Amino acid sequence: MKVNELASKLGYEILTREHNDADIKDGYTSDLLSDVMGNASEESILITIQGHKNTLAVASQLDFPAVLICNNRTAALDMLETAEKLKIAVLRTKDNQFVSSYKVYCEIKG
Amino acid sequence: MPDRFPISTEKSPNAIMEVILRLKIKDAMVTKVITADRNATMRDIQNLMKDNKISGVPVLDSCRLIGMVSVNDIIHALDKGHIEEPAIDHMTKSLVVLEDDMPLSFAISYFDKYSYRRFPVIDKNRKFTGMLSSRDVLSVMLQELNKEIKELEEKIVNERDELPNQIARDFFIKKFDFENAGKSSFELKKLLKEKNVSSAVIRRASVASYELEINIAIHSEGGRIVYLVDDEKIEIIANDTGPGIENVDRVVEEGYSTANEWIRSLGFGAGMGIPNTKRVSDEFEITSEIGKGTSVKSVIYLEKKNESE
Ligand SMILES: Nc1ncnc2c1ncn2[C@@H]1O[C@H](COP(=O)(O)OP(=O)(O)OP(=O)(O)O)[C@@H](O)[C@H]1O
Ligand SMILES: [Mg+2]
Repeated sequence: MKVNELASKLGYEILTREHNDADIKDGYTSDLLSDVMGNASEESILITIQGHKNTLAVASQLDFPAVLICNNRTAALDMLETAEKLKIAVLRTKDNQFVSSYKVYCEIKG
Repeated sequence: MPDRFPISTEKSPNAIMEVILRLKIKDAMVTKVITADRNATMRDIQNLMKDNKISGVPVLDSCRLIGMVSVNDIIHALDKGHIEEPAIDHMTKSLVVLEDDMPLSFAISYFDKYSYRRFPVIDKNRKFTGMLSSRDVLSVMLQELNKEIKELEEKIVNERDELPNQIARDFFIKKFDFENAGKSSFELKKLLKEKNVSSAVIRRASVASYELEINIAIHSEGGRIVYLVDDEKIEIIANDTGPGIENVDRVVEEGYSTANEWIRSLGFGAGMGIPNTKRVSDEFEITSEIGKGTSVKSVIYLEKKNESE
């Protein structure tokens, strides 16, 4: 499923002004970057509360099309700037990681 | 014949050309300047020169520059008995001035064209804003080139040690430089893609390079990461200058981390970096000495690609 389709279906806020509307092949939920780096599969959506730039270094290494920030946490401005440069979407929801993972799973795997 | 300015505006290296075109005269000029107003006498200005140990004084009418008095003008006035008369009658009025918005290259060509050592600077409303000497230009150039060289050093491509068929890349990593953390891994990934290395191998190399790079940034005083790629293998070598690890056997165990609260809040500190790196490597080596530094080497073979897919 494409980033925009997922965002609109689940009512996620899109924080970046531009991104590639790429295909989301899988998902991974974690707030620990080495865990993501070691275990997530490529082209996943990352479900996390880490709203800062370091998240994007990992996302870009693994060709993630999108990062979903949970609990309505703020995304740092430099994170959004970097995301726009990398064309990675930063999405936001009020749901926590558990609920988000369920909803996203149903959309992309269901 | 005036000495030529030591920087050419025509055939300098690109980095220098870029700097002298990018920097403006206002970036180099001195704005705290001793000036005289239109009512000053030549004697007043002689005193200003003596008290402030300067050799030229701009004369202003409110903010507008109307002339300059040089040491020569003073000598001349003493000689001819004009020293108590208004400066306005004996100053140099036909001036060569620079505008503060002009690029520095303009000033450099002026230093070559005229024999003056300094020029008054005005803004676009013709208001006097400062003075520019060749020394000011050289000093701002040196500062700028220092910055430039530092940046170049950081992205230095170390081709000296390359063997035939080998690509070598070398990156400096600074302490807590999250701004650039991940950049060297990004470069490695790009290079491997260009080399058509399989995506599974690229993934493993990404894990190792990213983890080692981040560890240098968060746990060490700063260091360096080197990538050596040939047709057989990828070598990732991370070296830093301290503080070193007391017991390297512990860090290869999953979950061991000394990351503090602040580092953890940034998403690091799971204690998985080194174990991840070891897992993706075909050969893995870590050595460390307290006070000296840590050295980690990860080797990944390209032909393993079939196996791991
Ligand atoms: N270059 C280094 N210099 C000094 N100590 C290091 C270095 N690299 C790792 N360490 C030590 O080894 C520990 C384990 O490193 P590892 O990368 O496995 O985990 P981490 O960096 O703490 O957390 P994570 O990588 O999961 O974000 C670190 O907490 C640190 O104490
Ligand atoms: Mg680590």
